[in-house]
Amino acid sequence: MRKLIFTALVALAAASPVLAETPEERGLAITREAQKRSEGWVDSKVEMKMILSNSQGEKSERNMRLRALELISDTDGDKSLTYFLSPADVQGTALLSFTHFTTPDDQWLFLPALKRVKRIASANKSGSFVGSEFAFEDLLAQEVPRFTYKYLRDEPCPTDEAKALSCFVIERFPTYENSGYTRQIGWTDKKEFLVRKLQYFDRKSEHSKTLHFTEYRSYQGKFWRAHKLVMENHQTAKKTTLSFSNFELNAKVDHAEFDPDALGRLR
Amino acid sequence: MRGAALVILAMAWTAAAQSAPIEVSGYIAAEIRIFPAEPKFARQHENAFSPSLALQPELRWKPNDGNTLTIIAFARVDTHDSERTHWDIREANWLYNAGDWDFRIGLGKVFWGVAESRHLVDIINQSDLVESLDEEDKLGQPLANLNVITGIGTWSAFVLPYFRERTFASPNGRPGLPLPVNENLVTFESSDKERHIDYALRWQERLGDIDVGLSHFHGTGREPRLIPTMTPSGPVFAPHYDQIDQTGLDLQATLDAWLLKLEAIVRSGQGDTFFAATAGFEYTLYQLFESTYDLGLIAEYHHDGRDSTAPFTVFNNDVMAGTRLALNDQDDTALLIGAIFDVESQTTLATAEFSTRLTDGWKLEMEGRFFPYVANASPESNSEREHTFELRVLRYF
Repeated sequence: MRKLIFTALVALAAASPVLAETPEERGLAITREAQKRSEGWVDSKVEMKMILSNSQGEKSERNMRLRALELISDTDGDKSLTYFLSPADVQGTALLSFTHFTTPDDQWLFLPALKRVKRIASANKSGSFVGSEFAFEDLLAQEVPRFTYKYLRDEPCPTDEAKALSCFVIERFPTYENSGYTRQIGWTDKKEFLVRKLQYFDRKSEHSKTLHFTEYRSYQGKFWRAHKLVMENHQTAKKTTLSFSNFELNAKVDHAEFDPDALGRLR
Repeated sequence: MRGAALVILAMAWTAAAQSAPIEVSGYIAAEIRIFPAEPKFARQHENAFSPSLALQPELRWKPNDGNTLTIIAFARVDTHDSERTHWDIREANWLYNAGDWDFRIGLGKVFWGVAESRHLVDIINQSDLVESLDEEDKLGQPLANLNVITGIGTWSAFVLPYFRERTFASPNGRPGLPLPVNENLVTFESSDKERHIDYALRWQERLGDIDVGLSHFHGTGREPRLIPTMTPSGPVFAPHYDQIDQTGLDLQATLDAWLLKLEAIVRSGQGDTFFAATAGFEYTLYQLFESTYDLGLIAEYHHDGRDSTAPFTVFNNDVMAGTRLALNDQDDTALLIGAIFDVESQTTLATAEFSTRLTDGWKLEMEGRFFPYVANASPESNSEREHTFELRVLRYF
């Protein structure tokens, strides 16, 4: 259905170039195009290194294995599974998330010492993920219906690797409950429709954080993934860097792994 | 049983020599237990500071995608309590994972339930009570376990061919019971004793915001009756293990920042058939006062209808209230403070747990158990001087 509407929109846009388009419609159309181009990866596996650093330059590191399952549906977003390899005291901990568009997300945590699977409240969207500058909501699937959009302007892309490209600057507003943001402003390049930079505005509408997406590489000729994400917190001068390695898409991940009852056998 | 574990261990080493590497992890922990009050009984040691050392090595080997061999051993050397100087194989099992179903055989650990202050439904493993009174430390249970994930829930079947006896402090140990437990005088209802074969079945499913589990256990009850017995060296408790049937229900509704929880059992075989339940909630205030802190408010009510011939429980008619503070900092600092209040006797137990990461690989844990009020004639009256404070430094590897 979603695809049908999109096709109709594109056809309409192509057929009537003079048709007036509001900034909201344009923002949504660009985001849908970006979403459409990124569809079809089925499932993925990747290793993630997270480096937390504070204003004094003190660093600490976490390593995780991420698996994701793509869902193309009108109601449900992707499923993701995060498995902790380090720090050593949390090794074996796993977090399973199911995202939904209109109903609250589902999340389960596996605690290896107790062998306990705990369903956890998904209301905690704006809380810090493992002490990093990333909130839970920053790491969940950024599905199109989770925001409303507004096209602002065109601008040269902000990161070094994309500086030759032109970017759409789009403002988006979370529609889900419990978000810690009033709005976000993103830079999406016009060539591959990849997000290059994202600014976050907190509940007081202050510019609190900026996320830089770099080291984009493509897989199977069409699926682009950023391999380095840097989140800067302007209020605390703290920084979190995510480095991804060993990406696998269409990885034939066993779908049975995305079940809370299967969390106990991951390790 | 330990022989079987050693056979599995030997198989692991032989097999590992041929292919995939063995993953080694675990921790070593130095602990001091502090008893601020003099003991009530002359048989108990009078050391205010009681140090011990614990080691938990873990080995894992995955020769291929579907197979995992896990071995987790545990040992503690305690300065003053000879029963707390002990070792156990927590796990030594082989897991075959076929996706929609899996099979595990060996010594294993299984947790069922949703509540925080009492684990009523959880019954597969015996509690290692010398480690902690909270019944969250468990002895490795010999088992064969099949789990099948279907469209109508996950079905689990267990065959438990050997029974593990509950561990208790030695006569001079602390915290202690009114009489020392003499494990040599153990008796069983079943003539098969610890070789009685127990069975368990469980079904669990997600129904929208509700996670539900139904279970049944048939076999040797994990809670012993403690029978006062006269011996030449004085009165002791002799543990007696009954044959029981226990049907359990656990349920959690997850609604926004609310977790609503229920655990209930019906058990027969220990006095009259009885019903027991724990019902409560956890409500979390995220980013308290615009900080990064989360504050959870927890309350649980315990009812237990067992008669005086069943094993003693402190949770007959009790209210637990607590709060969990998570700083969400780099060190995962967390504090849990709570109190369990007996509605009938007013006896109150206050507990506190704190943990933080010191630096990569190092962790600090503190735990306290205090009795602000103990009713004179209550069965817990021996506890009034058993306040315990624990300080632990763990090194993970």
